[in-house]
Amino acid sequence: MSAPLFKCENLSKFFPIKSFLKTTAKVHAVDHVDLEIPLHQTYGLVGESGCGKSTISRTIMGITSPTTGTVKYNGRDTSRFSKKEWLDFRKRTSFVFQDPYSTLDPRMIIADVVGEPLAIHKVAFGEDREEIVLNLMELVGLKSDHMYRYPHEFSGGQRQRIAIARALAGDPEFILLDEATSALDVSVQAKILNLLNRLKSELNLTYLFISHNLGVIRYISDKVGVMYLGKLVEEGETQKLLDNPLHPYTIGLLAASPKIDPELRRRTADVVLTGEVPSAQNPPPGCRFHPRCPRATPICSQSVPPLEDVGEGHRVACFNLE
Amino acid sequence: MKDSSLVLLSSRYSILKKRLHPATKEIGLTLYVIRRSFLAMIGFVIVLSFIFIAFFGEYIAPHDPYETNIVQRFSPPSTEHLLGTDKLGRDIFSRILHGAKYSIRAGLLVLLIAVPLGVMLGGIAGLYGGWIDEVIMRVTDIFLAYPYLILAMAFSAALGPSLFNAMLALSIVWWPMYTRLVRGQALSVRESLYVEAARSKGAGNFYLIYKHILPNCLSPILVTFTLDMGWIILATASLSFLGFGAQPPLPEWGKMVSDGRIYIMQAWWVSLIPGLTIGLTVLGFNLLGDGIRDALDPKLRRVIEVKWKK
Ligand SMILES: Nc1ncnc2c1ncn2[C@@H]1O[C@H](COP(=O)(O)OP(=O)(O)OP(=O)(O)O)[C@@H](O)[C@H]1O
Ligand code: SF4
Ligand SMILES: [Mg+2]
Repeated sequence: MSAPLFKCENLSKFFPIKSFLKTTAKVHAVDHVDLEIPLHQTYGLVGESGCGKSTISRTIMGITSPTTGTVKYNGRDTSRFSKKEWLDFRKRTSFVFQDPYSTLDPRMIIADVVGEPLAIHKVAFGEDREEIVLNLMELVGLKSDHMYRYPHEFSGGQRQRIAIARALAGDPEFILLDEATSALDVSVQAKILNLLNRLKSELNLTYLFISHNLGVIRYISDKVGVMYLGKLVEEGETQKLLDNPLHPYTIGLLAASPKIDPELRRRTADVVLTGEVPSAQNPPPGCRFHPRCPRATPICSQSVPPLEDVGEGHRVACFNLE
Repeated sequence: MKDSSLVLLSSRYSILKKRLHPATKEIGLTLYVIRRSFLAMIGFVIVLSFIFIAFFGEYIAPHDPYETNIVQRFSPPSTEHLLGTDKLGRDIFSRILHGAKYSIRAGLLVLLIAVPLGVMLGGIAGLYGGWIDEVIMRVTDIFLAYPYLILAMAFSAALGPSLFNAMLALSIVWWPMYTRLVRGQALSVRESLYVEAARSKGAGNFYLIYKHILPNCLSPILVTFTLDMGWIILATASLSFLGFGAQPPLPEWGKMVSDGRIYIMQAWWVSLIPGLTIGLTVLGFNLLGDGIRDALDPKLRRVIEVKWKK
């Protein structure tokens, strides 16, 4: 296997909660996570709302600094980056957000929206930039006469295409897609996913795809990570992991999704996700999942299960594997 | 050689035209909304006449505004003196026509100093946050804590009474409102996802202010600017009325009101006419400002745009 594009070791992000200038508690948004994003592949990150998916991605991108741990990009520690290296990193990586309505400046015409990374990095000017923008727009399936319009004239799907075109400007090698299709209709969602897959192979991109929809994750990713309350609880190749989930939380997630094969249903009948996700402010001790876990035993509330390889890169953090 | 540069020029021009198209469309839409509103149209007409008089009033004035004629003092409005004469027999109509340029000068000078200063400080405070924001906003609060006229009076008194000093004094007290406005806008723009997207691509603060925050402040600034033109004209007149601004024999409107006030029982027109002129001008800018606000309101806009296209 080739070297990973991103390698995170022991990564945590705690948000202090202050009252009267004193730190009274910490939100354990991301809690000691090891994770690798392989080059030219799509890493799908899945988990319920508030489990820290966005936070870990923002930490990886250096938008927020980690509380503990390191992020290595192409083998180099990003916390040691010089200003110039950061600028280069920003050029080579891009974001696509969930809400296609608020990610485009309402007072900017599309030509400037898509050309923004070029403007920031002073890549091309005048007609050359216009030309690049035009090519990008065609690449994502927009028309040339869309260039001189304002965002409010477009539909959600078109806006997401615009956001993708912007993310592609400046030839990045990595794109972070944070719930990039969650706000779209199912049919539009499928088209955007196809577009993303096509772009990935045409342009040799690496994706980190965040979603809470297992169907989407199954469709687009090569490797999947399952997060629960700031912890990575299971990780592995998409096909293997989803056909043979081992962690009770993953099983519960799969069992809750409508399209599940009967064989898996029979095997997972004992695991039903009940109750609410506990607050990340005071996460349960031991295994974060034990208050909701049907297979929990006394040890689960005492120590934290390590993420261990069970073969072929399939890693699970659970004491009571079947 | 010549050919290629011609081609280059023409393609530049076509790009420029395409880029300007959405902007001209916006202006067209704004004018359309103003045209549809009766009150905004009245404001528009008043403001337009005011600007016309400010530039050309002195050429159409029938009399010399400084020419005294003691024999004809306090003559009521007549065909000879359309709006009567004052205590020195000067023609009030001509003085009003001449006076407009002082009002517009005051408005423009004050805004030319106050708006850029206020916008810059507001943008910096909103975007940088932290102690920079604290310092700028506390100073702004101190300014806003006093009624602006009282502060302006204090500054004019310190600078010495003259029309120019009154304008300077007003400039000094006027910027905080723009700082407030732009800071508020900058705070919300700063949190927006499009700024996060630009930041994630490595955009610096200067880029963000210039490309995202300022364009998004433009409509509220334009509205406030129009409304403020009226208020500054009133404030200048008030300072002159109180003796801090224009000095005799300058035909400044506020000064004219003050000159005539002790004769109000014998010759009402001496005070009332310039007073009404000030009132009408302020009203005009207010109506126009409200019209522009409606025209730029994104919610109203969507609806109107559909009608406009038909
Ligand atoms: N700036 C912040 N300050 C304090 N707490 C934060 C901050 N950002 C995130 N959190 C907390 O960290 C936890 C993880 O948030 P995060 O946004 O990463 O979740 P998520 O998995 O992306 O959820 P969603 O699916 O809803 O987007 C949440 O409990 C959230 O309240
Ligand atoms: S470690 Fe225990 S509580 Fe945690 S998932 Fe496994 S069985 Fe459930
Ligand atoms: Mg999120």
